[in-house]
Amino acid sequence: MTARTLTLAEKIIARASGREAVRPGEIVTCKVDLAMIHDSGGPRRVKPVLERLGVGVWDPKRVVVVSDHYVPAFDAESAAILKLTREWARDQQIENFYDQQGICHVVLPERGHLRPGMFVVGGDSHSPTGGAFGAYMFGVGATDMAGVLVTGETWIRVPETIRLQWDGALPDGVSAKDMMLKLCATLGMDGGDYQAVEYSGTTIAALAMTERMTLSNMAAELGAQTGLIAGDETTADYIRQAGGDPGAFVGVQGDADAACRVEHRFDAAALDPQVAAPHSPANSGSVLDADKARIDQAYIGACTGAKLNDLQMAARVLKGRKVASGTRLFVAPASTRITAQAAADGTLAALTGAGAILLPSGCGACAGYGAGVLAEGEVCISSTARNFKGRMGAKSSQVYLGSPYTVAASAVMGRIADPRDFLAEGAA
Amino acid sequence: MSENAENAGRAWVYGDNVDTDLLAPGAYMKGPVETMAAHCLEAIDPDFAKTAKAGDIVVGGRNFGMGSSREQAAQVLGILGIRAVIAKSFGGIFYRNAFNLGLFALVCPDVDKIASGDLLTLDPAAGKIENLTQGSVIATEPVPDHLLNIVGAGGLVPYLEKKIKGAA
Repeated sequence: MTARTLTLAEKIIARASGREAVRPGEIVTCKVDLAMIHDSGGPRRVKPVLERLGVGVWDPKRVVVVSDHYVPAFDAESAAILKLTREWARDQQIENFYDQQGICHVVLPERGHLRPGMFVVGGDSHSPTGGAFGAYMFGVGATDMAGVLVTGETWIRVPETIRLQWDGALPDGVSAKDMMLKLCATLGMDGGDYQAVEYSGTTIAALAMTERMTLSNMAAELGAQTGLIAGDETTADYIRQAGGDPGAFVGVQGDADAACRVEHRFDAAALDPQVAAPHSPANSGSVLDADKARIDQAYIGACTGAKLNDLQMAARVLKGRKVASGTRLFVAPASTRITAQAAADGTLAALTGAGAILLPSGCGACAGYGAGVLAEGEVCISSTARNFKGRMGAKSSQVYLGSPYTVAASAVMGRIADPRDFLAEGAA
Repeated sequence: MSENAENAGRAWVYGDNVDTDLLAPGAYMKGPVETMAAHCLEAIDPDFAKTAKAGDIVVGGRNFGMGSSREQAAQVLGILGIRAVIAKSFGGIFYRNAFNLGLFALVCPDVDKIASGDLLTLDPAAGKIENLTQGSVIATEPVPDHLLNIVGAGGLVPYLEKKIKGAA
């Protein structure tokens, strides 16, 4: 038998399922290398299942628990959820418990838990973020996760691969977020069809890990199961700095002649900043064509849009400028470690100097939790991933999506604005 | 096997991209799931949660259940008595969640042949819907065996319970 050529996704799934090769459409059972859960869909939902089955987690060392949704507690109910999470992690002897240290998708790699080739399940839909590290990571619901925690395994229908190749250098003021909004508009929110997206090309090779994370994170908005980027030296450097071991899968790529469903090519150099109009990331287009809506709120937050580089993008626009009167700018750094880094390098001072209001590190208003939600009829531009109707607050609120550059420029103007005008001028 | 006509469920028909935030609004996430169920789909249809009856069926277009991994999106439908969702396509996580919670998710290219209020009977194993109101039969993709087994057990938890306690 001649060896079959395999995509990166197939190589990882074959390894995790203990086979030489797998084919798209096959349903296989995989051993899970790591399971990540958070306070909202995690302990409070899986605990009753484990109790009913009379078992504990299969391997506490392979479980990471992150409290990021109800943080910090804002009422007795959210406090009780955080307490339950803490007690469950202790009872199950889970050492990798991060209590209010930031958002799970950012904390997981920041603390060195991911490396290329891993098969990882996360109890959150933005789990494809781990794909940026060459790990096959995908999101599941709480009952699915309970099954993983009990058995250490889960089933998967081997996906086809959708190759998204980007070549060329991104212009100044254009970022990974703009690439993703462009992809949402081009492919639609079901363009990923629950298959594996794989990003490649010279643009991707040149991107920092934090920007690659934005691409993989929003594979969720394409409806893909994961968004893979093959591990390279950039990946290995990040992992070593995070105190992890890059492992032997660095440099492993899909075979060049492996069959994929479709390949799309994009030119990064031709990309404008993108803005998504309410109520879908797929309603995206060039900022030049966007309606220049007046905004009540600008929001820089979430796993998608508040990593260190995201805050630095916003700071470049905001340094020496002021948020428009009648507009509020909230910044919720994605982790406490990012807050410390942004404080050390002057980024936070640029943000707060412009009038930004700092919020705790957590999922927050992105998912309609906690501080920063919107009133009826209010308009917001946000660096987050989703602008579904009512998600960030009242049902009649309107949410636009943009990059941190675009959100910051819009905060200064009090209406949706092109960030390139600010970057070209330099500090005012 | 097809169901009897007296088991027919009434169809609630919606369009494309019914997302998890519409099904399970984040604002009700920390309270009891029964409370959240009362707000299911209220942003697009305030009558749904108030008047849906046991045995009813939700019909969507493309990408039903897209968005969050919150399985409450499927769970609230179950609490309201919905026994199946029929759609052109599903968000992948919602699809898994539905079966895990004992709710059928049936992929059907011809959802346009179902109107709100139509009475339907289902045969998920054979991949068949009977529209009693319009007198038509509509094909669905057959459900994979391992998912039929899970939903047949009443969901993933009872399925695992049988496996674990059976092995003991």
